[in-house]
Amino acid sequence: MVFLIRVQLREDYSNLIFYLSPLVAVALTLFFGSFIFLILDLSPIESFKIFFISPISNSYGISELFVKATPLAIIALGLSYCFKNNIYNIGAEGQLTMGAIFGGGIGLLLNDSTSFFLLPTMILFGALGGAFWATIPAILKTKFNTNEILTSLMLTYVALFILDYFVVGPWKDPAGYGLPKSMPFPDAGRLPVLIDGLRVHIGVYFALIICLITYIIYNKTLFGFKLKVTGLSSKASQYAGFKYKNLIFYTFIISGACAGLAGLFEVSGPIGLLYRDISPNYGFTAIIVAFLGRLNPFGIILSSLLIALTYLGAEDAQLFLKIPSAVGFVFQGLVLFFLLGTDFLNKYKVFIK
Amino acid sequence: MSIELIIGILNIVLISTTPLVFAGIGELVTEKSGVLNLGLEGLMLVGAVTGFITLVITGNYFYSLFLSIISGVILSGIFAFLVLNLMTNQIATGLALTIFGIGLSAMLGKKFGGTPIDGLNPYYFIVISFLLVFFVAYFLSKTKTGLIVRAVGENHNSAYSLGYNVIKTRYLTIIFGGVMSSLAGYYISICYAPMWQEGMTAGRGWIALALVVFATWKPWRLLVGAYIFGGVAIMQMNLQAIGVKLPGQFFNMMPYLATIIVLVFISSNKLRLKLSAPSSLNIPFEKNQ
Repeated sequence: MVFLIRVQLREDYSNLIFYLSPLVAVALTLFFGSFIFLILDLSPIESFKIFFISPISNSYGISELFVKATPLAIIALGLSYCFKNNIYNIGAEGQLTMGAIFGGGIGLLLNDSTSFFLLPTMILFGALGGAFWATIPAILKTKFNTNEILTSLMLTYVALFILDYFVVGPWKDPAGYGLPKSMPFPDAGRLPVLIDGLRVHIGVYFALIICLITYIIYNKTLFGFKLKVTGLSSKASQYAGFKYKNLIFYTFIISGACAGLAGLFEVSGPIGLLYRDISPNYGFTAIIVAFLGRLNPFGIILSSLLIALTYLGAEDAQLFLKIPSAVGFVFQGLVLFFLLGTDFLNKYKVFIK
Repeated sequence: MSIELIIGILNIVLISTTPLVFAGIGELVTEKSGVLNLGLEGLMLVGAVTGFITLVITGNYFYSLFLSIISGVILSGIFAFLVLNLMTNQIATGLALTIFGIGLSAMLGKKFGGTPIDGLNPYYFIVISFLLVFFVAYFLSKTKTGLIVRAVGENHNSAYSLGYNVIKTRYLTIIFGGVMSSLAGYYISICYAPMWQEGMTAGRGWIALALVVFATWKPWRLLVGAYIFGGVAIMQMNLQAIGVKLPGQFFNMMPYLATIIVLVFISSNKLRLKLSAPSSLNIPFEKNQ
């Protein structure tokens, strides 16, 4: 028996399916995830409980969920500008690092400051640092036509080595027993927490504000309209006279600033100083968050919470199930695979004869 | 510096650069056919861990090599299915593969960290890596199949209308690239280290990716580039040892900076770009349009 499979572009492209497919992807991930637990000789139901329910069953856990979701949401919201414009900035991890170096550097230089303005200055420099790092691929793309995917990726590693240089060299804490970390920031440079005793910080408000602004920009402004048109058809955008190079610049700067902001929030919030591993891959994971949220600002908030849960669940799984916390990456990878796969069924009709 | 020291350093460079050659030459062939696979790091790690586990359990080098290769075939096969049949975004799919591979390898290898094994002699692989570059250079420039691979990568629509099977060609080049990455990982866990540790490829997948661009998609330049990158990394450690005060991080970022410079150089001129980069790179092939 021979099956002939034929595919055809859908004319009845469905928005409903477009927004539902992330749920399908999550369901498929859980289904396949249960097999992984079975292979490891663990009960899937018990494991899922430890992975997805127990981490957020108390106030500490919920606070941690927001601590992890905040940088993911902020970075992914920024990336959505680029991705909408069909610009593949995959260097958010580097822009995050630069934001931490710039903003954190201010905190270290003005280390005896008690001024109210220290934190706002650090936040400003964090965003500037990220934006600065993102302008490099933007300039290379617009001036020399250089592929932004590769340059932004390469710059990520350059940024990580620059951070490494600072925390091993000039910014190393003299009282830090030779460990590669900086002095702690002064209290005036620490991000205020929302609830005493928990780590959830005011970055949450920033994420929500950026979400609302992004929603307004996408739906109510000419700039948002230009992004949409350019993303759907760069030719149409050219005919309409939109300046594509300017759009590339703006989207890179916005996404870089967001990533830099997230980096500064990480170091001046939960971490409190600079060291090598300030980000557990947030910059790369935010790409998944952006896609899973369908580049929709509110969708990104939801998907950032979900992906944040995979980080928390993985930590608990390491503690209680004795499996490496990297299991979180397995779920993150799977959910992206399935999401990309299910998109196919939305874009194309499949006939089997 | 004495002769012994120089020979010693050259020896270390030779041993430490080989995984870059394997992963790089595989990715070069994949990219020549027009597909950008960002999943190298994930493929390497899974190749490293499957080879290692199999060796610990069976004690047989042949089985471990075989299973490591199979892991590359399966993972890159999944990648190929997604980007070729389901026409997914190559960047996102490659990143998913890397993230998935990092997680999977850590889980599989959890019980095997620190298990001692008898490593294989790296020189077999070093010789093979040189032969491989020779073979790929010959294949791409002198054989008909190599010409088809390049045609598919330059313009898949023309290649398709000439009657070449774009999808099949790309399946084969993606799987070749995947297997080469697995071998690079296998070499690291069985010959170079020899041991298993979470995330032990330490970013070599990304350097290999940079290498392909640095080499402007040419096999012999890739070999030279790999030894420059590998040499700089080793030199960094030795310069520190003899008291040069330049921070090591600046040596470590050289490969990435050099790649950006090369990338800017080739893309600033349209003709130069056409002569170096495969024109259909990262563009999905849709038959029904």
